Amino acid sequence: MQLLAGGLTIFASIGGLHLGDMLVVLVSFLLLLALLKKFAWGPLMNQMEKRENYIASEIETAEKNRLEAEKAVNEANERLKSTRQDAQQLIEDAKKAAQQQEQSIIQAAEAAAARIKKSAEEEIAREKEKAIEALQAQVATLSVQIATKVIEKEISAEDQEQLISEYIKEVGEER
Amino acid sequence: MDHKSPMLNDLFGIPWLDFNLSTSLMTIVSAVIVFFICFFATRNLQMKPKGFQNFMEWIVDFVRGIVSDTMDWKTGKVFLPLGLTLLVYIFISNMLGIMTVVVVDDYLWWKSPTSDAVVTLTLSATIVVLTHYYGVKVKGVKEYVKDYFRPVPFIFPFKIIEEFTNTMTLGLRLFGNIFAKEILLSLIIKLAFVATPVTFLAVIPMMAWQGFGLFIGAIQAFIFTMLTMVYMSHKVSSDH
Repeated sequence: MQLLAGGLTIFASIGGLHLGDMLVVLVSFLLLLALLKKFAWGPLMNQMEKRENYIASEIETAEKNRLEAEKAVNEANERLKSTRQDAQQLIEDAKKAAQQQEQSIIQAAEAAAARIKKSAEEEIAREKEKAIEALQAQVATLSVQIATKVIEKEISAEDQEQLISEYIKEVGEER
Repeated sequence: MDHKSPMLNDLFGIPWLDFNLSTSLMTIVSAVIVFFICFFATRNLQMKPKGFQNFMEWIVDFVRGIVSDTMDWKTGKVFLPLGLTLLVYIFISNMLGIMTVVVVDDYLWWKSPTSDAVVTLTLSATIVVLTHYYGVKVKGVKEYVKDYFRPVPFIFPFKIIEEFTNTMTLGLRLFGNIFAKEILLSLIIKLAFVATPVTFLAVIPMMAWQGFGLFIGAIQAFIFTMLTMVYMSHKVSSDH
């Protein structure tokens, strides 16, 4: 009996089975669960999920941008390389053209010089001939005059002339 | 404990509707406190969290860790709010009895609601009922019933007993810890009132025990949440 009483005392001190309390706990807990889910955990979890998605998309974008940048750099490098090659080619072409031009200029100059020299030589020869002809004519008349003066008294004018022209012919043939 | 409980028997003349008013009061008080803390902590949510939002997100991550430890995250996702509410509610409930104990005319009014076995057993029973509900919902009636006969048919009676022992241990573990904590607290208080010089000496064991009570309260809240998820995973995971 005493044992039973003791047991009952403990039972009472720890609360006993009160259905009213159970109802209060059940209702308040379920209500709390529903309210928190709607007002606290829902928004909080949404926010966290949103951030997760945001970070993921940011990482994706960054990765995409990086790839794009890499591609652009590669392209630029390639273009630079080809431009360099073009420039090199251009310089070489220019050098070659310049050399050719030099050569042709020199050739043209040489040819012109040769032509000028030749024409000068011809001119000289022509002048010489002319001078000789003029000299011949003058020498003839001068010798006639001299001969006339020297041998006026001895032979007639016709003989003299014949004689002189014979001599002159001889002179011409000898030359 | 020679404190009496403020009882209200046979409300509205219904014979079984008894209330321990302090338990009911404290249950509602802690629910209200939890609601307001969580409600105001999750206003004004920012993409770049700061201050209290960080703390709340830490709690969410913590419970998410518990859930994903016990079951795979896809099925466990729906239990996250349940785990969070349990953790915060039980923790706050445990804390309420550490900070103050209010006794009016020998009636104990302010205590931890979890120091009443009715509260903890109601919670654990609710949890076990929820595990059955989700077991049926996730796996279907056939698989749910079949689970009682796995891995060998003669295990069936043990599985039935297990449901009751689970309920009892889950509730009584929490109750026992918190009840013991409060009993020792009240004993220390009584000690303090024995004589004036002892009053100041009693401050030392008081503070030590309050610190330990804080630890117990946090640990028990964690264990309750953890075990809830373990029982839940027994019912909803197919590899068990």
